[in-house]
Amino acid sequence: MSVLTPDPRPDAAAATATEPAAATTASPVAASFSAPAGTPPAIQVESVRRVYKAKSGPVTALDGVDLQVEAGELFGLLGPNGAGKTTLIKILTTLLAPTSGTAKVFGFDVEHETKRIRRIMNMVAGGEQSGYGILTVREQLWMFSQFYGMSSSDGWNRSDALLERVGLGDKRMQRVSTLSTGERQKMNLARGLMNDPWILFLDEPTLGLDVEAARSLRELMVEWRAAVPGRTILLTTHYMAEADELCDRIAIVHKGRILAIGTSAELKRRVQRESIFRVELDRLDGGVAALAHVPGVVKASTGVMSDSQADRQAVAINLVLEDDAALGAVVGALGSRGSRILGLQKSEPTLEDVFVELVGRGFEDEDQPDEHVDDPEAAT
Amino acid sequence: MSAVGRPAAGAAQGTAGGPPAKLDLIGRAGAGPRQDSAWSARQILVTNLRAIRGRAYPRWRGLFREKSWVAFEILLPFLSTSAFVFVYRSLHAPEAYVGFVVLGGVMSAFWINVIWMMANQLWWEKSQGNLELYFAAPMNFMSILFGMALGGMFMSSSRALSILIIATVVFGVSFSISSWLLVILVFAATLAALYGVGMVLASLFLVWGREAWHLGQMLTEPVYFVAGLNFPVARLGLIGALSVGLIPLATGLDAMRQLVFAGAPFPIGTPAPEIELVILVAMAVGSTALARWMLAVMERRARRDGRLTIRWQ
Repeated sequence: MSVLTPDPRPDAAAATATEPAAATTASPVAASFSAPAGTPPAIQVESVRRVYKAKSGPVTALDGVDLQVEAGELFGLLGPNGAGKTTLIKILTTLLAPTSGTAKVFGFDVEHETKRIRRIMNMVAGGEQSGYGILTVREQLWMFSQFYGMSSSDGWNRSDALLERVGLGDKRMQRVSTLSTGERQKMNLARGLMNDPWILFLDEPTLGLDVEAARSLRELMVEWRAAVPGRTILLTTHYMAEADELCDRIAIVHKGRILAIGTSAELKRRVQRESIFRVELDRLDGGVAALAHVPGVVKASTGVMSDSQADRQAVAINLVLEDDAALGAVVGALGSRGSRILGLQKSEPTLEDVFVELVGRGFEDEDQPDEHVDDPEAAT
Repeated sequence: MSAVGRPAAGAAQGTAGGPPAKLDLIGRAGAGPRQDSAWSARQILVTNLRAIRGRAYPRWRGLFREKSWVAFEILLPFLSTSAFVFVYRSLHAPEAYVGFVVLGGVMSAFWINVIWMMANQLWWEKSQGNLELYFAAPMNFMSILFGMALGGMFMSSSRALSILIIATVVFGVSFSISSWLLVILVFAATLAALYGVGMVLASLFLVWGREAWHLGQMLTEPVYFVAGLNFPVARLGLIGALSVGLIPLATGLDAMRQLVFAGAPFPIGTPAPEIELVILVAMAVGSTALARWMLAVMERRARRDGRLTIRWQ
């Protein structure tokens, strides 16, 4: 039994059974995450706008956002700095009111049912410096456990167990002020799990962490979510690989709007309407022109060879096919010309390619300081 | 079964080799998010009480971990108190005046705490990122303020007691207490009123943001003066009377001086301790209610404007 997995509870099954029958309107996405029957969407955002008043004039941080995240999903908001990701998280965590539109968390309205939401959620932000340096790591977590109403002994036990799980067991008696950035972020994640929330909001949780620490945190997120059906994570990140690796679905956010939503594969398919293969051959009589007339081949070109391929006198070609099915004809054509296939690799587009396709520019070009949406003069 | 009658909601694995520790999450039946977010009145009450304990904890721990307070909050204030004692003695003032100064030094510990660790605290919490975590937690925010106040009272009481003992021993102050019960009631009411004002100031300082530091300084020395920290407040005439009616430090100090130096020749013109006790209770109730109202306003404003969750603003 892991600290991330609650004990089987006799009352839990009974209580679940009394819930309404599984919603017949549940989307296929919800079913795939095994959310408890009758659970409303974890997040439901409709036409949400958030406008800040800055010295330079009104700034629209969110511009008519619509979003639905099913219970049990690990959902990613991917976008450059200043895209509106943090604003959306602040609205969903009841810290900020939308200028217009509605947002609900497990069916509770973020404006009028804040207490209900706060009892079942938690949040962790990258680079978070919360707490008190004078406390030990263990005491820090215990203090936060009290804010969620845990008994003192349960708070201590839970703190110890979570610290063991995040790999800070040996640091638990150390003062918070002595922790490294990575250790501190692990402690923050443990804090976020302290109340065993149903929904966890993670705002750039691996920001500034080294590779090992970031990997460790990602593993923990995945494990925690998978331990109980219905646990949901909303993750904001501007790390493409992180979103690609972790998220069931991803929304690409840009300038306060959601440009696309889907699984990583679905998003990539948006930009890849053809199949691209790289084929390595021992020889190719007649050159790439010999493949141009094979049915289904859109384009064939000579590929760049590595030194080792050149040493082996291998030939590399790049093929653009109408779809994967055309590959059979290509293999047949190559065989009839006496070519032996040494290697075959399908080229996948990245989320960066998707972003470029949608926006016209890459992330680095788009990164904007967050200040424009967090302006101190903000007042609407 | 937990203290609030909930079944154990989950299990936390104990430390390596140990037995699994039961985990009790208030309000967590484990049935689903909607059921788990429906709390009874008792659960809400217990959560708020535990939140008060949780927020008081860092101050209680700080008392034992930050040894520098001995120098900064006992020895240095003691020097200031000593200076007034020497002035009064050189002027051959009645010996009761020495006691007045010592009592003023004792109560100054609480006012310093109210200004720098209550009024300024939320501003600091915001810059650390704690404030948004407090807002996002399920307890009432007043529990955070009560926790800060409780921890602050405990912290300051230790300092006040230290100053009282050292000054009494060094300067040979003798007390003549007419009514212990009244002294205790006045002291408790003074602290309640002082920290009630601290809670109001905490909300105000948070809204005023960058000016909080200057406001803190502005409220230190001037308040010492109008509260009659080192002399009987009645000497200030109308200002003294206003202070007794408006500033808990002045009211409580004057009442306690009357009670612990019974029969001492202090200037007349201030109300009897019983009346001052009533004033203090009214101040405590009024300031707590005002703090609660201001917090509600502040949270509405925070959510509307987004100002209060922005760390550097």
